Amino acid sequence: MEQRTAAVSMRNITKSFGTILANNKVNLDIFRGEILALLGENGSGKTTLMNMLSGIYYPDSGEIYIDGKAADISSPREAFQHGIGMIHQHFKLVDVMTATENIVLGLKEEGRFDLKNASKRIREICDTYGFEIDPDKKIYDMSVSEKQTVEIVKVLYRGADILILDEPTAVLTPQETDKLFAILRNMRGDNKAIVIITHKMHEVEALSDRVAVLRKGEYIGELFTKDTNSQEMTNMMVGHAVSLNIDRPEPVNPKVRLQVKGLTVRSEDGILKLDDVSFEARSGEILGIAGISGSGQKELLEAIAGLQKLESGSINYVDDDGKATDITSEDPVHIRNLGVTLSFVPEDRLGMGLIGNMDLPNNMMLRTYRTGGHSPFTNLAGPRKTAAKVVSDLDVATPGLSTPVRRLSGGNVQKVLVGREIASAPTILLTAYAVRGLDINASYVIYHLLNEQKARGVSVIYVGEDLDVLVELCDRIVVLCGGRVSGIVDGRTADKRQIGLLMTRIGGEEHE
Amino acid sequence: MNKKNHTSLIHISKRREVSLGRRWGIRALAIILAFVLSAVVTMIITGLNPIEVYATMLKGAFGTPRKMWTLGQEIAILLCVSLALTPAFRMRFWNLGGEGQVLIGGLACAASMILLGDKIPNALLILIMTVTSIAAGALWAVIPAIFKAKWGTNETLFTLMMNYVATQLVAYYIIVWEVPRGSGKIGIINQNTQAGWFPQIGNFKYLLNILIVLVLTFVVYVYMKRSKQGYEISVVGESTNTARYVGIKVERVIIRTLLLSGAICGLTGLLLVGSTNHTITTTISGGRGFTAVMVAWLANFNPIAMIFSSFLLVFFSQGAGEISTAFGLNQSYADIMMGIVLFFIIGSEFFINYKLHLRKNTGKEGA
Repeated sequence: MEQRTAAVSMRNITKSFGTILANNKVNLDIFRGEILALLGENGSGKTTLMNMLSGIYYPDSGEIYIDGKAADISSPREAFQHGIGMIHQHFKLVDVMTATENIVLGLKEEGRFDLKNASKRIREICDTYGFEIDPDKKIYDMSVSEKQTVEIVKVLYRGADILILDEPTAVLTPQETDKLFAILRNMRGDNKAIVIITHKMHEVEALSDRVAVLRKGEYIGELFTKDTNSQEMTNMMVGHAVSLNIDRPEPVNPKVRLQVKGLTVRSEDGILKLDDVSFEARSGEILGIAGISGSGQKELLEAIAGLQKLESGSINYVDDDGKATDITSEDPVHIRNLGVTLSFVPEDRLGMGLIGNMDLPNNMMLRTYRTGGHSPFTNLAGPRKTAAKVVSDLDVATPGLSTPVRRLSGGNVQKVLVGREIASAPTILLTAYAVRGLDINASYVIYHLLNEQKARGVSVIYVGEDLDVLVELCDRIVVLCGGRVSGIVDGRTADKRQIGLLMTRIGGEEHE
Repeated sequence: MNKKNHTSLIHISKRREVSLGRRWGIRALAIILAFVLSAVVTMIITGLNPIEVYATMLKGAFGTPRKMWTLGQEIAILLCVSLALTPAFRMRFWNLGGEGQVLIGGLACAASMILLGDKIPNALLILIMTVTSIAAGALWAVIPAIFKAKWGTNETLFTLMMNYVATQLVAYYIIVWEVPRGSGKIGIINQNTQAGWFPQIGNFKYLLNILIVLVLTFVVYVYMKRSKQGYEISVVGESTNTARYVGIKVERVIIRTLLLSGAICGLTGLLLVGSTNHTITTTISGGRGFTAVMVAWLANFNPIAMIFSSFLLVFFSQGAGEISTAFGLNQSYADIMMGIVLFFIIGSEFFINYKLHLRKNTGKEGA
């Protein structure tokens, strides 16, 4: 259907990990002067496919052609020789170095090492495409969006004209996302080939020219963005029709459940993480917490869960009869002993919520192993039952109960974690980035679970990063900025531009 | 082709599930290959018939009942230290102080025997020896544990340093208690009265030790696998963040676990001094604090599997003595062979976890 020569042609690419077929005879064309959105659920093989293009993995079979010529890419260095550069989800920068130093790091250029010249060239690249960055700024002084910019400039500096971005907007505010998209459009104008991996449909629609869909490792098809809509693309990804609306039932009989007053927290090195944070969470409602990442969300949830030292402030739990219990600075075990069932789905699922090397029953037992009176021995029977129930209720895809959870895909790991936390019938449920990295299907399962808990009268606190979801799911939204509450808005009337401004209002003053 | 064409010939990928049978199959194959390679090396270097060398090694380990008892005793003591290290290692607390903890346990035992021998009833003396040895070992391990728990010091260095302190302490008391004066050693303690000597079961000198360690193996296995404390140890070892998240007091678990680890080391010292040698030297532990690290790792911290890994290591050192006398080979020759076997066993873990793919079509079509 195309007459022009593809910048990259991938033909019959197959890659397996053990018995798992990550990519099965995938064909993909990438053209210059075009932005291609690569769509697919978690585990559909998008990142694997792109990793083969950028030299991180090597295909089991199949061919890659660059500008019509067969190419053999067996290392990232060779990928760069072909002009292919990838910007990963997790930044790979050295914190104590400046942007320039990071960009030239690992390059073997002819002649003398010349940082001045390098930063001049970096400024040229920035001017061409509209990046705003100070080449002499240290990475640790940079915001997430600036770090991402450094990653992109790094790839351009190495002469890449085929760029792959893996979920670049996951960590950005709407304003930052707009800026990034403007830059990507400039690059398209400069005849570069751009591939963007994302889960967010409205971004695909706003940015891309063409869409390619993978499902379960197989290439499903491609569409021109202008000829399609998000419903059609989602159906292609999932393989059947899905509803894209997030339910938001009216809270039933909401009562104050949690009172947070004047919470102030400092990190170990004395940096103010939370500054006089006060709010109330009610039963039967989902309270959203919005903010740029690192604005104190983590500290806030950990403070409530009893994992964070407080400098000042108080946290009170109010039960159905209106009786208040002070849970300020109690540890997690003590909080439960006070009769408060507080569940917490932390951001770091395998590093904090679960143990990757343990199987499902042993992970379920993390919350319950102390029960069973004074017996010195653990009893796996209960946890095994819980695990089986979570697997069947939440439809967890796992080879068996005895599989270590690290072997499960991201969505299934999250189901196991959320399932365990819900199993203890909580009255307060804290969730941090509950759908980060999850595909549409898994995300909707989680939204549904949260709504179920809400209907049960649980006070759900939802820390999120996707403002579209926050304004659709949450009843009220607390906006954090630099550790302070910059506003509490009603989810039903809130506008995400307004939240985006609140997120950057205190301190930053970048927007008038 | 116009450009260098170096498709990697070998490709490595991670295996998913590996069945138990396959695991042990790969390990068994590794050991067989190791013996074949050792045989070839033996022939090339020494010109000896490798079959004869192996036969001699077997004779050295199993040749006579006495040799078999010694083998059992050596396995028991090495296993005991390995069991001691297991809980600590499962917690990712690298206790390299087994040597010192065994020594200090032995010293406490010897001190009780020397100072209290013939002054109190024998049963009471043995009880005191047991308590002091175990307490001394536990103390020696808990000092680094407290520093690690409270201030995050590096336990590897700390436990290693504690070994030297223990050695010097023993050296000091050997001079204090030396018999006869000027000999520089303690000699057999309470030789005439046998006060504080552990009873002997029948005619079998080492049987008591072996039985104690066998029971202990089972206890440690159940403790690690089934007890709440064992579970906490695994959680802390896998992720201190997760442990804190579910309300486990990480500092307390570290200290409690090292008390246990040191206590079992102290028990080893007790068995060496009170039950076996009835004397103490600075080398009574004989490097077992370090060999046990290997035993524990080879067995993947499974106490039952440690019986086999300690057997393997003891078998080589016992067999080594025999070939060095029978063939006039240097003692080091057995070390070379053991090195080959260990290399293969450790190397086999790679093949258990990863799979090699040989690429048949070198390069692309049109090359």
